[in-house]
Amino acid sequence: MATRKSSKKPNVSADELKHYYREMLLIRRFEEKAGQLYGMGLIGGFCHLYIGQEAVVVGLEAAAEDGDKRITSYRDHGHMLACGMDPGGVMAELTGRIGGLSKGKGGSMHMFSKEKHFYGGHGIVGAQVPLGAGLAFADKYKDNGRVTFTYFGDGAANQGQVYETFNMAALWNLPVVFVIENNQYAMGTAQSRSTSTKDIYHRGEAFGIPGEIVNGMDVLAVKEAGEKAVAHCRAGKGPYILEVKTYRYRGHSMSDPAKYRTREEVQKVREQSDPIEHVRELLLSGKHASEDDLKAIDKEIKEIVNKAADFAKESPEPPVEELWTDIYA
Amino acid sequence: MATEILMPALSPTMEEGTLAKWLVKEGDTVNSGDILAEIETDKATMEFEAVDEGIIGKILIPEGTEGVRVNTPIAVLVEEGEDVSALPSAAPAADAGNEAAAPAAVEAPAPTPAAAPAAPVVDLSPDWPADAPMKQQTVREALRDAMAEEMRSDEDVYLMGEEVAEYQGAYKVSQGLLDEFGAQRVIDTPITEHGFAGIAVGSAFGGLKPIVEFMTFNFAMQAIDQIINSAAKTLYMSGGQMGCPIVFRGPNGAAARVAAQHSQDYAAWYMQIPGLKVAMPYSAADAKGLLKSAIRDPNPVIFLENEILYGRSFDVPQVDDLTVPLGKARIWREGTDVTIVSFGIGMQYALEAADKLAEDGISAEVIDLRTLRPMDTGTIINSVMKTNRLVTVEEGWPQGSVGSYISSVVMQEAFDYLDAPVINCTGKDVPMPYAANLEKLALVTTDEVIAAVKQVTYR
Repeated sequence: MATRKSSKKPNVSADELKHYYREMLLIRRFEEKAGQLYGMGLIGGFCHLYIGQEAVVVGLEAAAEDGDKRITSYRDHGHMLACGMDPGGVMAELTGRIGGLSKGKGGSMHMFSKEKHFYGGHGIVGAQVPLGAGLAFADKYKDNGRVTFTYFGDGAANQGQVYETFNMAALWNLPVVFVIENNQYAMGTAQSRSTSTKDIYHRGEAFGIPGEIVNGMDVLAVKEAGEKAVAHCRAGKGPYILEVKTYRYRGHSMSDPAKYRTREEVQKVREQSDPIEHVRELLLSGKHASEDDLKAIDKEIKEIVNKAADFAKESPEPPVEELWTDIYA
Repeated sequence: MATEILMPALSPTMEEGTLAKWLVKEGDTVNSGDILAEIETDKATMEFEAVDEGIIGKILIPEGTEGVRVNTPIAVLVEEGEDVSALPSAAPAADAGNEAAAPAAVEAPAPTPAAAPAAPVVDLSPDWPADAPMKQQTVREALRDAMAEEMRSDEDVYLMGEEVAEYQGAYKVSQGLLDEFGAQRVIDTPITEHGFAGIAVGSAFGGLKPIVEFMTFNFAMQAIDQIINSAAKTLYMSGGQMGCPIVFRGPNGAAARVAAQHSQDYAAWYMQIPGLKVAMPYSAADAKGLLKSAIRDPNPVIFLENEILYGRSFDVPQVDDLTVPLGKARIWREGTDVTIVSFGIGMQYALEAADKLAEDGISAEVIDLRTLRPMDTGTIINSVMKTNRLVTVEEGWPQGSVGSYISSVVMQEAFDYLDAPVINCTGKDVPMPYAANLEKLALVTTDEVIAAVKQVTYR
């Protein structure tokens, strides 16, 4: 895995850096809180945390424009927060309450927001890939200049439908950025044990889709790559693949003891490559922010997350009539 | 302020666990993300991380303790300078999560009264004016006209599938559509059902109204995950925010001499899925009217056609905008002695049987369901209340068939009106054989329908 050290001096304003810091911290604190509520039995079922991967969505959101779409897998809390969905609504969905974004009927893996152009939250590994290309198909059909970010993991990259989609996306020049969030483990199976190629984006070459490796622990590198990919799509050149090398600190889901890797491996990434620490250092060393400034951001984020958790605990369960609604439009 | 650290639930089913090992001791400073302890669940040993930062003020549950209930305080976190001597020792298990997590009691639906139910109210209005001029058209032409009319009136409607454009349709259903609407709206796909079904569903999320043609529904099995998990369930999973207006259509069931992998009736499969609508027309007029309704419907619709019926001609009313509502059966023939319910090509056997039975003095009422979901069971029940006898006819397999569902509904809602057990005429419980003689035996036949009617009428 790539470490976070950028060789270049970042071409970015202090405000932007602070924004990325804030957004990544929001995801991390939110996920930690979700883990805590899961531990208390307030969240049930599967709950896949995004801790460690924050720079991926925050960097790509920085490259997106209004109206661009995004779709992802079940590890979706970070994507929703990064595109501006309400943390209270996300958390209340995790607790299965009426105040949740899906009125408590979708849960952690199934949330949507038409307003924010977030198209889920999909629980079947790889299924979101053709769906994302379909969103791009609709945009091309309407000729509206929009781009769709279609996120999937290194595990999903072995699903056949991904390559069916690559073929059609290239054939039809669809404006879709395929983002492979390569966190190196498909649940408990290391990439080397599941995947014939070291770099997955190479597979796009067979379909004529350009792509590149991106350091997913460096939000600025992700943003830069995202801008390049988006420009490619918007210019009508068809799909682009970003293989973003990242790392999840927690287990695959809450009930994963993560025995397939050593504690030292996780600890090393945390200490040497943490994406939030990276921005923190940039802010402090560049004198863009003081320790006190960052403390104030930390405090603000903690309040947002606590408020979301309170809402998620206080919002009532869906009324029983909800069992029978939303089956047909 | 002191914060209690509670025994966490570390799997969807965990209620208690063993506090195997503490990795911190009293007085240690911890940061969020630091590993505090190892906890054994029924499945695995898990590491338990700190959420808040602070100092471990007191450990309440020593390591090695078994059977620690979820949400029991196991340690206390304090801030710097806080007095730890005043902290409580091991407290009884506090059910912190329970008051919120307890599910509301769901009342079981009231049992349906068994005796003498009121006759269901059904829509008996005609689908088109009785004096509408008629034209003979094949089912194939009727389906093509339905698509063309809807594509003319709504630019968001497009057709996608294998060989639908330049080849003019593998079964020529899309003949002429490419010429009229262009390659932007009539789209040839590669042979990749899973992928293009997913792309079509995604485009429906994105605001379009796709018609997906499967060359046959046998190949839709490759795509069934996208049909069920993505198209049918998303409205519910999104709390009503995002629906999927899409039609999946194509020939279904046995054609002729194409053997097991190309001869299967999926009516009962799709009929089971909440979120889907399922239509299976017999006549050309119904094919046209139902397909137009399906394209306009905001929900995913499975539209099951039949290769043998494509070339058959029927009277089609020449009205401006012929639509047939989804969920409304049609009574093809009124009768008094027995009700025969069918749909799709099964109607051919039902109607033939009714003709022959009339010669023997048996008056059969023949109902074409037309739509399997939602199903117009009211029309069936009303008929059974009159005839007291029921035979169902379909080409699909017997176990978990459409007929078995109808039987259960009639038994629950009109038991007292039945004078004989319901008989389900189905395809035989075998994969479709290739040999001409065996294939004939595997399919449901008119003679079998006649025999079933004679059995329920005790003739």
